[in-house]
Amino acid sequence: MANILDIRRRIRSVINTRQITKAMKMVSAAKLRRAQERALAARPYAQMLTNVLKSLVARAEIYDPETGEPKHPLLAQRPEKNILLIVVTGDKGLAGAFNANITKAAARFLDSKHGKNVDVEAVGRKGRDFLRRRFPAAKVQTQSLADLAESMEAEREAGERAGEVQITGEHVGILGKVEFAQASALATNVIARYKREEIDAVYIVFNEFKSVIAQRLIVEQILPIEQIGEQAVRLAEEPTEEEKKKAKEAAVSAGVGLHATEGEGEAGTQFGTSQVDYIYEQPPEDLFRSLLPKYVSIQIFRALLESVAAEHAARMTAMDSATNNANDMIDSLTLTMNRVRQAKITKEIIEIVSGAAAM
Amino acid sequence: MADTFQLEIVTPEKKVVDTAAEEVQIPGKNGYLGVLPGHAPLITELSVGEITYRENATEQKLAVAWGFAEVLPNKVTILAETAERPSEINVERARKAKERAEQRLTSGDTSVDVDRALDALHRAEARLDVASGK
Repeated sequence: MANILDIRRRIRSVINTRQITKAMKMVSAAKLRRAQERALAARPYAQMLTNVLKSLVARAEIYDPETGEPKHPLLAQRPEKNILLIVVTGDKGLAGAFNANITKAAARFLDSKHGKNVDVEAVGRKGRDFLRRRFPAAKVQTQSLADLAESMEAEREAGERAGEVQITGEHVGILGKVEFAQASALATNVIARYKREEIDAVYIVFNEFKSVIAQRLIVEQILPIEQIGEQAVRLAEEPTEEEKKKAKEAAVSAGVGLHATEGEGEAGTQFGTSQVDYIYEQPPEDLFRSLLPKYVSIQIFRALLESVAAEHAARMTAMDSATNNANDMIDSLTLTMNRVRQAKITKEIIEIVSGAAAM
Repeated sequence: MADTFQLEIVTPEKKVVDTAAEEVQIPGKNGYLGVLPGHAPLITELSVGEITYRENATEQKLAVAWGFAEVLPNKVTILAETAERPSEINVERARKAKERAEQRLTSGDTSVDVDRALDALHRAEARLDVASGK
């Protein structure tokens, strides 16, 4: 039987742990709320952009009337030989299976594209670490986004691939505060490579966040653009009922609203949809050409924002169950301790009584 | 006719302006254009520059970089990549960016991406203009 002092020490340590997990849960809840707001704030812009593009599609000649070939390089479909995969994970751990799920999905995706060349852009420290471990041969270029273009140049001249899978970029530490400029820089880089036909398709794997309980892990096709305003989801993993329940409990106890507040603003949905004949300052084709890259940027931006929100939600849930586990542990330890103490007292009494009887 | 129209300026990060304005000047790609209530429907791309709008007879300025605008008789919506008020502009940073761009343009180095440098220069200049209240 363990002695009382040991158990008491153990309880104290679990109480300390519980305090930390509780605090982390509350912090995540606060960060989640902020991330949700940011994701929401980005919506009107995305919505308007999509609407304008949609209305332009109707007015501009995007496809060549004779050959049926799309006029814009970002719409061009090519046989998939070289693929780019953007993996969005978190920078930090302790978020339950959040990062593991994404890396697993990424690995599965890579397996399914066996035999093709896949370039990987890793966003977030966890994903980068995983990819480095899994593909130690894959050449890694650490660089800031600014000189990404130049080093790509250099690499193309070298003309060598590290293997079927290679890591072409790592973006760590941008998730703390996602800015549009960063998403835009990544998108510009990706678009340039797509236009040069270095890559034939671009996918992004990330955790989609609709609300605390409605999240799913998806692989989305970003390029070529198939249908504007439609998500081209290639693979989706819904959370299980049990996970949903846990997330719900965590959200309720942390005081986070379950549903993302709706309110995209009417402006967003109405923009550019009027059936009037607009005066186009520039030819619709030109407008379309300059808008399309922005559409790619905003999609990547949205993916980053949603991933951040999902990460905080996952951490909140994980910390909530950790706190619950700590509670259970404290209860059971306290019970054991009382039992041991009682047993000790009983034993002492027996000793005294039998001692007295012997006299 | 009403003497104001609804003006909305939206960036990917937030809605910057949502107000009733009497007049707005937009830096269109083919030159500045002024919009008063009742303007004919129009869609235009924006260049780098400043948006000036008047609400309650006071003028407000914003520095914008790339975007586009939709004009309807009673409403103007502007989507901009960035839109900053004078108080939000980091003058020091803009000035440095301007110097850097000028340096690159005058260096005579053939590896310089002229378009990018010019772009940076224009952005910095627009920011400085708005910040100094010109």
